[in-house]
Amino acid sequence: MPDKAAIDRVKTARSNNRPTGVDFIENLFSDFIELHGDRRYADDPAIVGGIAYLGSMPVTVIAMEKGHGARERMSRNFGAPNPEGYRKACRLMKQAEKFGRPVVCIVDTSGAYCGIEAEERGQGQAIAENLMVMMSLRTPVISVLIGEGGSGGALALAAADEVWMLENAVYSVISPEGCASILWRDASKAAEAAQSLKLTAQDALELEAIERVIPENDLGKDAFYSALKEQLIARFGSLSELTPDALTERRYMRFRKLGTKNLKEADHAV
Amino acid sequence: MSFINFLNKPKNELESASKLPPVASDENEPSKACPECHRQIPLSQLWANCNCCRDCGYHFRMNARQRIHCFTDADSFKEFDPELQSEDFLAFPGYKKKLELTETVSGEKEAVTCGTALVRGLECCLFVMDPYFMMGSMGTAVGEKITRLFEYATRHRLPVVGFTVSGGARMQEGLLSLMQMAKTSGAVQRHSDAGLLYITVLTNPTTGGVTASFAMEGDIILAEPKATVGFAGARVIEQTTRKKLPQGFQTSEFMLEHGFVDAIAPRDKQRQIISTLLKMHSGGGQDAG
Repeated sequence: MPDKAAIDRVKTARSNNRPTGVDFIENLFSDFIELHGDRRYADDPAIVGGIAYLGSMPVTVIAMEKGHGARERMSRNFGAPNPEGYRKACRLMKQAEKFGRPVVCIVDTSGAYCGIEAEERGQGQAIAENLMVMMSLRTPVISVLIGEGGSGGALALAAADEVWMLENAVYSVISPEGCASILWRDASKAAEAAQSLKLTAQDALELEAIERVIPENDLGKDAFYSALKEQLIARFGSLSELTPDALTERRYMRFRKLGTKNLKEADHAV
Repeated sequence: MSFINFLNKPKNELESASKLPPVASDENEPSKACPECHRQIPLSQLWANCNCCRDCGYHFRMNARQRIHCFTDADSFKEFDPELQSEDFLAFPGYKKKLELTETVSGEKEAVTCGTALVRGLECCLFVMDPYFMMGSMGTAVGEKITRLFEYATRHRLPVVGFTVSGGARMQEGLLSLMQMAKTSGAVQRHSDAGLLYITVLTNPTTGGVTASFAMEGDIILAEPKATVGFAGARVIEQTTRKKLPQGFQTSEFMLEHGFVDAIAPRDKQRQIISTLLKMHSGGGQDAG
């Protein structure tokens, strides 16, 4: 992977020219049927969900969608989900579990929406519930970060058996601008913050927070999608061999080990 | 996500007061002004009243040790992992120094204190977050301590009571801080699947990644009066939406009104409410095995 400044990857990840969630749905799957709504309040256009074929396998697909062009981006709320988006995702994941379908999550958001109504409808609770549900979901889940992995709003669809990142995707606890303004009271120092946060795909791989980095040489072309599709089919093939108990135990341990290497007095047996 | 840059603030008098031997009230005794009713409260009186104003009931912040002292039966608290602490593994600007200073000033090694305790004779696992340790931010050590506590509680079939206070995930530990949200949620889920009770008490402030994980995952969610409780920071919301925030936005009462909190629990009622709840669930619950 070529050496590239973290802030440049942030800019690439945010670029309007990148394929969005719906592009991935159209190119990776066939016979996609969209399923709307959280059955509680509304349908969130920032998250698109449904059932489709991955090769010959029915899967549940849940994708964050930023939209193309100014008008569609506005109608998608720029890919910033509201609580009803996470609750729709939660509903569809439980449905997938009921019918034994694997789940593919496509993650691309600057973060969960910061709005008055989002707080009134329990943004924090919606994300927390997704995390609990995903950590014990008895069907395989693979999350692919295709652009921005913005904090808890991204993690809410990424508590998965495996998490893959596109080469120029970023995954961070806070935006570089937000970090810079807290740390140095100067949002223009975002480049330094981006470097310090270790938010690139390569960083995430080294921190063992993800399993794979997907090269972007043919991004958006048929060859790119077919290669990714083959990888998903192969990985679901092996994950599906595990019993639901073994699968959830494996997922628990995947997250259980994160952060344990860098603790003082960490000689305690886990 | 933010944390209070507390090192620039005056040292917390309450903390010092708690370490001093009790003295008889006199005119020279240091006091603190109540931000609600503006009365000057002698520190010994404040301390004796669990850091609440006797006149108007205002809840002052309290550190983890004070809270454990006020909430649990005398000498019943047994601490887990007191030495566990985060390291500056990302070589993040200023973090190493901040950890060292925080440890010196707060006397704590991390932003959460965990263990077992008795509350009116009933045993529970307890975690208490500390606003004076980087505003209770969650890094890898906090995530690990909470996870270990829930694993212990699951093995020993004990309920968990947790007092949350947090600015969110600790940005100085980057992505691995974020991962603690999923890790702790997994541990809470396993405890829940075993049919065991988890009570959270949201205290001022509970925000960000802690709200979006174990704070909101309790079977029963209580909140202290007028605490700030929310996901996104109020200023960020104002900047994003360019709207004026409604009166009382992101308070415990707001969360109660919108259905995300079971009840407001004033500090002087917490022992009674929580011990009653613990007793009501002492039948063992349904073992999902």
